[in-house]
Amino acid sequence: MKLELRAVTKKFGSFVANDAIDLVVEPGQIHALLGENGAGKSTLMNVLYGLYAADGGQILIDGEPVHFSGPGQAMAAGIGMVHQHFMLIPVFTVAENVVLGHEPTSGALINLDEARQLVRDISARFGFEVDPDALVEELPVGIQQRVEIIKALSRDAEVLILDEPTAVLTPQETDELMGIMRDLKQQGTSIVFITHKLREVQEVADTITVIRHGKVVGTALPTASQEELASLMVGRAVDLKVDKDAAREAEVALRVADLTLVDHSGLTLLDHITFDVKRGEILAIAGVQGNGQTELTEALMGLRKPTAGSITLDGDELVGKSVRQIIDAGVGFVPEDRSRDGMVASFSVAENMVLDQIGHDPFSHGGALAMATIAEHATTQVEQFDVRTGSIEAPMSSLSGGNQQKVVLARELSRELRLLLASQPTRGVDVGSIEFIHERIVAERDKGTPVIIVSTELDEVTALADRIAVMYRGRFVGIVGPDTSRSDLGLMMAGVDPNNKEEQR
Amino acid sequence: MSAQTIELPAMDSKALAPINWKFPIIYGILAVISLVGFGLSVGGDVWSGISVNTGFSRIQFAVPSQVTALVCTVIEIGLGIWAWQLTAARKKTPVGLPLGFGFCFVVAFLVRAVAGSEQSLQVTGLLQGTLFLSVPLIFGAMAGCVCEHVGVINVAIEGQLLAGAFLAAVVGSLTLNPWLGLLAAPVAGALVGALLALFAVRYWVDHIIVGVVLNVLVTGFTSYLFSTVLSEHKDVFAVPTVLPTLPIPGLSLIPVLGPVLFNQNVLVYIMYAAVVVLQIMLYRSRWGLRMRACGEHPKAADTVGIKVNATRVRNTILGGAIAGLGGAFFTVANGLAFGKEMSAGRGYIALAAMILGGWSPRGAVAAALLFGFADNLQNALSVVGVGIPSQFMLMAPYLITIFAVAGFVGKVRPPAQEGQPYKG
Ligand SMILES: Nc1ncnc2c1ncn2[C@@H]1O[C@H](COP(=O)(O)OP(=O)(O)OP(=O)(O)O)[C@@H](O)[C@H]1O
Ligand SMILES: [Mg+2]
Repeated sequence: MKLELRAVTKKFGSFVANDAIDLVVEPGQIHALLGENGAGKSTLMNVLYGLYAADGGQILIDGEPVHFSGPGQAMAAGIGMVHQHFMLIPVFTVAENVVLGHEPTSGALINLDEARQLVRDISARFGFEVDPDALVEELPVGIQQRVEIIKALSRDAEVLILDEPTAVLTPQETDELMGIMRDLKQQGTSIVFITHKLREVQEVADTITVIRHGKVVGTALPTASQEELASLMVGRAVDLKVDKDAAREAEVALRVADLTLVDHSGLTLLDHITFDVKRGEILAIAGVQGNGQTELTEALMGLRKPTAGSITLDGDELVGKSVRQIIDAGVGFVPEDRSRDGMVASFSVAENMVLDQIGHDPFSHGGALAMATIAEHATTQVEQFDVRTGSIEAPMSSLSGGNQQKVVLARELSRELRLLLASQPTRGVDVGSIEFIHERIVAERDKGTPVIIVSTELDEVTALADRIAVMYRGRFVGIVGPDTSRSDLGLMMAGVDPNNKEEQR
Repeated sequence: MSAQTIELPAMDSKALAPINWKFPIIYGILAVISLVGFGLSVGGDVWSGISVNTGFSRIQFAVPSQVTALVCTVIEIGLGIWAWQLTAARKKTPVGLPLGFGFCFVVAFLVRAVAGSEQSLQVTGLLQGTLFLSVPLIFGAMAGCVCEHVGVINVAIEGQLLAGAFLAAVVGSLTLNPWLGLLAAPVAGALVGALLALFAVRYWVDHIIVGVVLNVLVTGFTSYLFSTVLSEHKDVFAVPTVLPTLPIPGLSLIPVLGPVLFNQNVLVYIMYAAVVVLQIMLYRSRWGLRMRACGEHPKAADTVGIKVNATRVRNTILGGAIAGLGGAFFTVANGLAFGKEMSAGRGYIALAAMILGGWSPRGAVAAALLFGFADNLQNALSVVGVGIPSQFMLMAPYLITIFAVAGFVGKVRPPAQEGQPYKG
């Protein structure tokens, strides 16, 4: 199926999100769409999928103009989409979510066995492990992303739109997904692939279109170098490496000793974790998602009560303190699932900028919010972090994914910190902004703040870390230097200690 | 560091999620009330008369009040201790436990209530009355379930019941055929539902405000017609017609329960079927899955091609029809003419039953029966003329309700997007 967009325009009020965009997706082609945060990629895809009505332009399928008044019609025309913000019903099971809208039935009821089988078949093809009966709300984001992909694949679309499907996948899963994309392409499926990871673009894309400020600014071939692609996207040269000096010797600020977490069912999630972080040092925690990183950050933030062990920050015990007290003690937290834990979608950008600080000076006095201060603060931060938003009063939900992430980071980095704990800090953020965020994190370190970065991106880990801890099955396989080779890190992520190459249980 | 296995220390339980002692504590308080209020407050030589109509014959007997109440209390204490142990061991308590506990508590209460009275406790009558008062509540709660799951808050149940009662009575009277009246009832309810859908879904008016306004509208409209047209032409518009009682062969012969459950008119049988069908369809059918998707995450439903607003409109009208049908119970099902404001706030209680029942048809039925029972108890006991202070008697049903609410609320969540317009 050949898909053509001609001069598609989409406005939100007076803001032009897509400005006469032309795009041709040939049958059996993987077409990568690159662009900064807020460039208008998701908006364009939502127009194509019938979620937004275009203000101008035409969509043609195999040369015939079509008009979609809703996703149902787009789906009927053979278009499938994996949305950047998951479109899953939290209280439904995986199987129910996957079949919703095209349910197999036996008699009056849904044939759940068939639905489960469908999930198993696709996940087997994909090399993903997903329990069809798990409730979606209980799954970590990485798994929810798989469910979204399974859902889209289950419909055998002829044109598949993938809006940042790899943002929360592990490198292995990403490789699997790219394998699937190649298979689908062989079968004649056309794919529109949106990502901020240039390596992926180079690997699978056939053509690349770059969008900036709602306009197509150029096309490129996958043979283009990362630097070329990055500068095309951002409009300036981007330094893909992080410049930083070696960490200075300083005293230990955070001490975690024997931290152990056992859940209700007796499953050990954290297994005697011991480490410390010095002032002015970045400890990066690497590992395949689901090996206890989430639980570790939650335990550090007081969101989960550890079974045993202690966490001391500058000598103060944090175990047993409430989340409020921990935040007030100066711990900045960037949660891994920003839309669930990091923001309130219906609040304005300005309100989200001060979410965890409105209780006290300077943002409130005696219970009344200091609106002027909040607005002023938001204006400065929006400018500094280059958040693309129409206004600081716009609801958070109207921001593009990467810009939402920037708001969360801006909030946490804008106050005096005694510890910065950031999970996937650059998830969904464009290369230009990654550069900036990395600089900010390093600057925070240089101010003497101990920093913990949890990331599944090896690039990010090696770029930022002063020391790297690798987690596997709830324990630290080892803590190594930043110059450790990728292959050694890879081995450690599989549970093998490189100094002692014997597989762990 | 790799090969050595790390020994886990004995799990210290304080680190696990705190144990929720709410239930054992409630059981404890109730057992004390049962012991002091029912068991010890009556002399050893007092008897309680009990009368059961099995359907063939009336059985009269008496039990020693104190002994019976104490036996019940002992069972309650036993169940309470069991619940305590299960909670301490972090195990789930079986569903039968609260039911058994509640049963013993109610028996102790009733035995105490009729202790020493001339009149005996009419068990069959008590059950019949409970069902009778529950029918409109159950229909209303089913209507609430359907609407809330699709994302529309239906406060207009009251108006839908009343409209159903009105149209059923009028159509029944005009045609002298109660069956046609029964058919007309859901039409009236659906109309009110359609108005709710129009304003809530199409024009994004706050659902609760529309609902309340509709209730006032229906009350005013039917009262107006009642005092003008209906009162002036009683022989045309207010002739009572009644649906026949249809005993179900076989089932109606079951002792005690048969006459209560299966010697009813067709509306009650429709209710049984509606509850079962809804309970299954809501969670297992395509219709149920799609409509719940609209109530939980309408945008996600939209992206898989479900027309959210159309689904909401359709199901709001369906909900209205269910409540309207229930309204027929006030009139044609029992051979009564229409009376002003005859639904008397049942629609609101139905809504409460649905919430107490955790938005599931099954739970809503249990809650509606509880409300019906509590309501009926006052009537039943005032006939008996009881020995304990009447104020306490009047309080008892509400006590039961409060404990039930305290015990169950908070475990379930309403559909995430109920009451929110979908502007996609
Ligand atoms: N519903 C909306 N109302 C108002 N403005 C919107 C809305 N949706 C998106 N926008 C604006 O349109 C612009 C483009 O957003 P879009 O989500 O398409 O960006 P994107 O290219 O997908 O970025 P990212 O890489 O961060 O996901 C943003 O500036 C955003 O603030
Ligand atoms: Mg996007």
